[in-house]
Amino acid sequence: MSTPTPGLETLDFEFPGSKSAGSFAPILVGVVGSGNLEVLLEPAQAAACRFHVQTSARGFGAIWEAVLRDFQQRHDLAAVQVSINDMGATPAVVSLRLSQAAAEIPGMKP
Amino acid sequence: MTRHALPSRISYAECTARERLDQVFDEDSFHEWLPPAQRVTSPHLAQLGVPVSFDDGVAIGRARLDGRDVFVAAQEGAFMGGGVGEIHGAKLVGLLRRALRDRPEAVLLLAESGGVRLHEANAGLIAVSEVMRALLDVRAAGIPVIVLIGGAYGCFGGMGIVARCADHIVMSDVGRLAMSGPEVIEASHGVEEFDSRDRALVWRTTGGKHRYLMGDCDQLVDDDVAEFRAAAIRALSAARAMTLAALEAEHALLAKRLRDAQGATDAIALWQRIGIEKSNSVPELNASQVRALRPGQEVAR
Repeated sequence: MSTPTPGLETLDFEFPGSKSAGSFAPILVGVVGSGNLEVLLEPAQAAACRFHVQTSARGFGAIWEAVLRDFQQRHDLAAVQVSINDMGATPAVVSLRLSQAAAEIPGMKP
Repeated sequence: MTRHALPSRISYAECTARERLDQVFDEDSFHEWLPPAQRVTSPHLAQLGVPVSFDDGVAIGRARLDGRDVFVAAQEGAFMGGGVGEIHGAKLVGLLRRALRDRPEAVLLLAESGGVRLHEANAGLIAVSEVMRALLDVRAAGIPVIVLIGGAYGCFGGMGIVARCADHIVMSDVGRLAMSGPEVIEASHGVEEFDSRDRALVWRTTGGKHRYLMGDCDQLVDDDVAEFRAAAIRALSAARAMTLAALEAEHALLAKRLRDAQGATDAIALWQRIGIEKSNSVPELNASQVRALRPGQEVAR
């Protein structure tokens, strides 16, 4: 059995979206605690919605991609940078935090 | 922002650091310095494979409290137990030094920390000692420093010392204040000395009620953000003189406590010796009942 490499894993994803959030003050939700994560939303130049994830749980890239793709299918965000620091949150917690952050974008009621 | 419409109590202990800033200070008055989007994060944690936090576990800035300009810092206990790393400590020091320049009416520390963040070792230790020095400089300049303690992670280690360097401490019964944490004492002196899993023992040795009865904290409140806010407003005028006489009085108090504690194996026995009636029942009392046991002491240190 191979031992996983210790340390953080960095993941980047980009999904197209059509609802531009425009200009807004950065939004932070959640805390980097055990089984939890923080999500930072910022306005971005690019048309797409970009995700940058740093996680202590290595080897879950495919699950991250599925969770983030699902979020983007629901919210269809454009011109938003999503930055995440994760300490082993489950997919359900990640989804909730993302929805919590998206709900705070002014004028973007889901 | 519907704070005033909420009918029920909001637990201070259950709030995050940022929620506490929203609830304790005047509505929307918090202006943050080095906010998360600036990503001033720990240079040490990534090397150890530990995730960073965008604010390194502490939010600093200015706010208003009952209309008065104050500087504030709130530590997030859920991130690394509120541990003070190099950046976290530098943010606290920067806030205190800026207070010397801008002279707010007070500096408030919403402390929640296990002390030095051991991942950052010497950098964290140096940071905590710099925080103490900067805090005492602020007090010497006549600006009161007020500490609020009511988070689930307590206030221990270096931050426990920082708290006791301040002018005024507000605690809830949930809050804990001490030097070595329960697990540390058990690890170094054995379970016979201190059973860290005995929650009742832990709270009557380090909790807000004990600290209030012993005179280590100035106001005892229930676990409610509105009570912390009211206590913080009362504390705004609570600056203590930093004089040789005040220091000698404190030393005399500590010497008396050491004598009172001789042979007492539990906080209950100690309360009895300092004249607290029905000391056995203290753990069951609420904050206002405990306040009544130490009359005339509110804000009067």
